[in-house]
Amino acid sequence: MKKQLKVDPIKNGTVIDHITAGKALQVAEILNIGKNEKEIMIGINLSSKKTGKKDILKIENRKLSEDEAGSIALISPAATLIIIEDYKVVRKTGIELPEEIKEHIICPNANCITNNEKTETRFYLAGKNPTEIRCAYCEKKYSIDEVKFKF
Amino acid sequence: MKNLISMRDIGKEDILKLITLANKIEQKEIKVDMSGKLAALLFFEPSTRTHFSFETAVKKLGGNTFSMSGTSSTSVKKGETLADTLMTISMYADIIVIRHVLEGAARFTAETVAVPVINAGDGTNQHPTQAMLDLYSIQKTQGTLENLTIGMVGDLRLGRTVHSLAQALSDFNPKFYFASPRHLQMPAYIKDDLKEKNIEFTELEDIKEVIHELDIMYVTRIQKERFAVLEDYEKVKDSYIITKKLLEGVKKNFKVLHPLPRVNEITTEVDNTRYAYYFQQARNGVFMRQAIISELLNLKNI
Repeated sequence: MKKQLKVDPIKNGTVIDHITAGKALQVAEILNIGKNEKEIMIGINLSSKKTGKKDILKIENRKLSEDEAGSIALISPAATLIIIEDYKVVRKTGIELPEEIKEHIICPNANCITNNEKTETRFYLAGKNPTEIRCAYCEKKYSIDEVKFKF
Repeated sequence: MKNLISMRDIGKEDILKLITLANKIEQKEIKVDMSGKLAALLFFEPSTRTHFSFETAVKKLGGNTFSMSGTSSTSVKKGETLADTLMTISMYADIIVIRHVLEGAARFTAETVAVPVINAGDGTNQHPTQAMLDLYSIQKTQGTLENLTIGMVGDLRLGRTVHSLAQALSDFNPKFYFASPRHLQMPAYIKDDLKEKNIEFTELEDIKEVIHELDIMYVTRIQKERFAVLEDYEKVKDSYIITKKLLEGVKKNFKVLHPLPRVNEITTEVDNTRYAYYFQQARNGVFMRQAIISELLNLKNI
C-alpha cells in the first residue's frame, strides 16, 4: 500500500521534522512566517514512530539561517532539518544546540541592562534536558519556556 | 585580567593570585605605583562604604580619583544614554569603577569602553570585590581556603554577597551550612551550581545546632521589610541575632564575618571577643581593592 502523506510535499525549500508536539506554532513565530507570502504547511500532533507524536513544518522556497536553526533547537532539541530540491531530499540533519545565542532572545528580567540600554542581548546555554540559558549580562538563568524570541 | 565583572569569569588561579598580591601590599613587601593615573568612581547607586574603600585604595596606591554618587546631578538626568556617559568618562579616566542599580551594567560598561572596568555592584547580581575581600579575610584567618566548614546566616535569598561568596568558595571544597528563615533561603540557581560541583550543603533554620563545627560564620542582615507579616519577623528574629552566649565553645580558629553595615544582628558585646573579625574584614577590603586595581592596570613595583 502506498504511504499517504498527511502534509503535502513541497517542491523546493525546508522541512522541519520531529518538532516537539505542540511547538510548531512557536517555531513558526520564530521564523516569522506569518509575515511572508511563501507556501507553508503545518502539521500538529501527527503520529510519529520515534516520539509518539510530533509537529512538522514545511516551508516553500526558504533556507534557514544558522541563528534561526539554533533557536529552533532551543525550543525543540530533537527537530531535524530537511532540505528539499525538486521534491527530493538533498540533505537531512539534526540541529545542534548553540552554545551562544546573540540578539534573538529578550531577557525576561526587567532590571537587566539589556532592557534599559540599547544593546544586543547575549545568552549562553546553561543546561540540557530541559534546555536552560543564562543571560550574559544579568547572569540570571531561565528555562527556554520563560523567554521570548525576536527575529 | 582586563576587567573584574563577575566571579563567574575568574577561576581559582586568579583568586589565589589576587590574594597573594593583596598580602604583599598589606605586608609592604611591594609598593606599586599608580601616580599620574585617574580612577573614575561612578556610583550611579550611592554606597558610602564601598565608595570610600575604593577611594582609599586608589589614594594609597598614589593615584587620583574623580567621583559621582547618584544620578541627580549628571547628564543621565538630561537623557544621555549610559553608553555615551561612559564613553566620555573613559576619555578622562585610566580605570572605571561602577556601581549601578541595573543587573549587567558593569559588563555593558566593559564592552563599551576601552579602559579596565571594576564592578562595584550591579543590582542583585554580582559584587566581586566584596567576594574577593571576603576570601582574603577567610584566607588570613584560617591560613587556607581549602576544606573549610562555613556557615551563612540571615537573608540568603536576596544577599548578593553570600551568593558570590558561595560560588567563589566552591572551587575550594567547602562544606556549607545555610541558616535562614524558610522564605529567605539560598536561591535554587545557586544551589544548582553547588550540586553540579558536588559541594556538600545543608539548609537549616537555626545555626545554633552546628555552630561548633564552623570555621567561619558569615552573617547578613535580615530586613524587617522582607516579611509580609510583622508577627513572622518577631517569631524568627532572635534566631538570627548572634550573641556572645551563642559563641560559647566554638572552635579556636572560628571567626565571624559580616559585609557591614550591621544593625542588630550581631550584638556589640561580640565585638570584643576573639571571634569578631568584621572590622578587620573592611580593612582587608582596601588591600584587596589595591591588588585588583594593580592587577588590572598592570602597575609596576617601585
